[in-house]
Amino acid sequence: MKRIQTIETRNLKASKKTGGCGECQTSCQSACKTSCGVANQQCEKYLEKNK
Amino acid sequence: MLHQYKLNGYNIVLDVFSGSIHTVDDLAYDVIALYKKKSKEEIISEMLNKYKNDKTVTENEISDVISDIIELENSGKLFTEDEYKDLAFDFKNNNTVIKALCLHVAHTCNLNCEYCFASQGKYQGERVLMSFEVGKKAIDFLVENSGSRKNLEVDFFGGEPLMNWEVVKQIVAYARSIEKEKNKNFRFTLTTNGVLIDDDVIDFANKEMYNVVLSLDGRKEVHDHLRKNINGKGSYDIIVPKFQEFVKRRGNKGYYIRGTFTHNNTHFTKDIFHMADLGFTELSMEPVVCSPDDPYALTYNDLPVLFEQYELLAKEMIDRQKKGKPITFYHYMIDLTGGPCIYKRISGCGSGTEYMAVTPWGELFPCHQFVGDPKYSLGNIFDGVNNKEIQNEFKLCNVYAREECKDCWAKLYCSGGCAANAYHATGSVTGVYKYGCELFKKRIECAIMMHVAQADIK
Repeated sequence: MKRIQTIETRNLKASKKTGGCGECQTSCQSACKTSCGVANQQCEKYLEKNK
Repeated sequence: MLHQYKLNGYNIVLDVFSGSIHTVDDLAYDVIALYKKKSKEEIISEMLNKYKNDKTVTENEISDVISDIIELENSGKLFTEDEYKDLAFDFKNNNTVIKALCLHVAHTCNLNCEYCFASQGKYQGERVLMSFEVGKKAIDFLVENSGSRKNLEVDFFGGEPLMNWEVVKQIVAYARSIEKEKNKNFRFTLTTNGVLIDDDVIDFANKEMYNVVLSLDGRKEVHDHLRKNINGKGSYDIIVPKFQEFVKRRGNKGYYIRGTFTHNNTHFTKDIFHMADLGFTELSMEPVVCSPDDPYALTYNDLPVLFEQYELLAKEMIDRQKKGKPITFYHYMIDLTGGPCIYKRISGCGSGTEYMAVTPWGELFPCHQFVGDPKYSLGNIFDGVNNKEIQNEFKLCNVYAREECKDCWAKLYCSGGCAANAYHATGSVTGVYKYGCELFKKRIECAIMMHVAQADIK
């Protein structure tokens, strides 16, 4: 596409089928402790696969 | 739902429910904004008029952009519908395992930081240390309630956890001793002010701790202004050399230098760059959590400066990366391909359900920020969770529980935000801490822009 570039991202709809294992880190347990979100958490399955 | 914004020369379009991110030129940016509001003919007419001085913008060009938009819509990358609502309530309600504990091993501190939400480590109570017996029982409680989850997290927190260091070491040793038999993998974190760091702490933590969080607010004058010892003397000179040694010997293991910024240092990038000048690369800087009446509380008038600071930080980070001297900022760490699945994104932070805080005497709270508030006592590690009413409140606490989040583009990045911040700002864990939202949204915009810029560099 000439005027639109799409950045590679995880397909959230597809993750409805593959996600939900719960092995990922708890949001607040890393560095913030006061203003957490979930965006900067990593998928444990993905980490395992790409070790 | 879409979110369109311009930052650092990039036009960015975020498709909220698929997670897709597009970078587009000005014409496509405008056409996307009009696509659902106007007919094809109206869009073409409007664009030809707007771009009359741009010879590359022809009727055919505009039609091509519209075709591209249709293609992206058909492939589920633009204008995707929300189909997660029921999932959010079902998932969290059915998910009853605990996978993380914040162990308050010391309700006491050797610093007297003015802004401390834990009231100098005491959490509105007495100074008290956790015994090994309580710590051991907490580990057993976690294992027993973790179901089939393999990865379990334990954060040694306080107060100042190094004031009870021998017990920390004993708890770690105990957890390691049962890890294999119970088929678990413990990940320990230590959050410390650094005053008591010595060779033993460094060696042990670098062997056992998955992550260490080291509190430093940045420049000496900023740090010393609020992070003082009991005699009122700033702690910068004591802790900085210790942190440098700690990190130097840590190798590739995770750490964060974590600061807090307040109304006193709204130009907080100066503090982040100071951390970098000290040789640290893994950095985190958090807005202060306090009463609006405190003199250092952030105000709405501070927001424009804070936004500018976040943008400046993102641009500087891109620049440092280009120069081969990258730094990491916790809130800009978004893994677009390996990030959280939709379940994680809609179910909230996990406080009170999969994550709990344990006091030195074994009482359970939904998270460290609720400790000391009797209304939020969940039970204890000996008898388990008995305050089901409060736990249910947290079970239903997700991004869809908040009316204010309904039309927010950032909801799948924050998952409704921090329950404690919401409670302190509104009196309800399902409320919204709007000030925090403003900062959060700005950070996500910057983080995504950095990814776009990185793709551009490549």
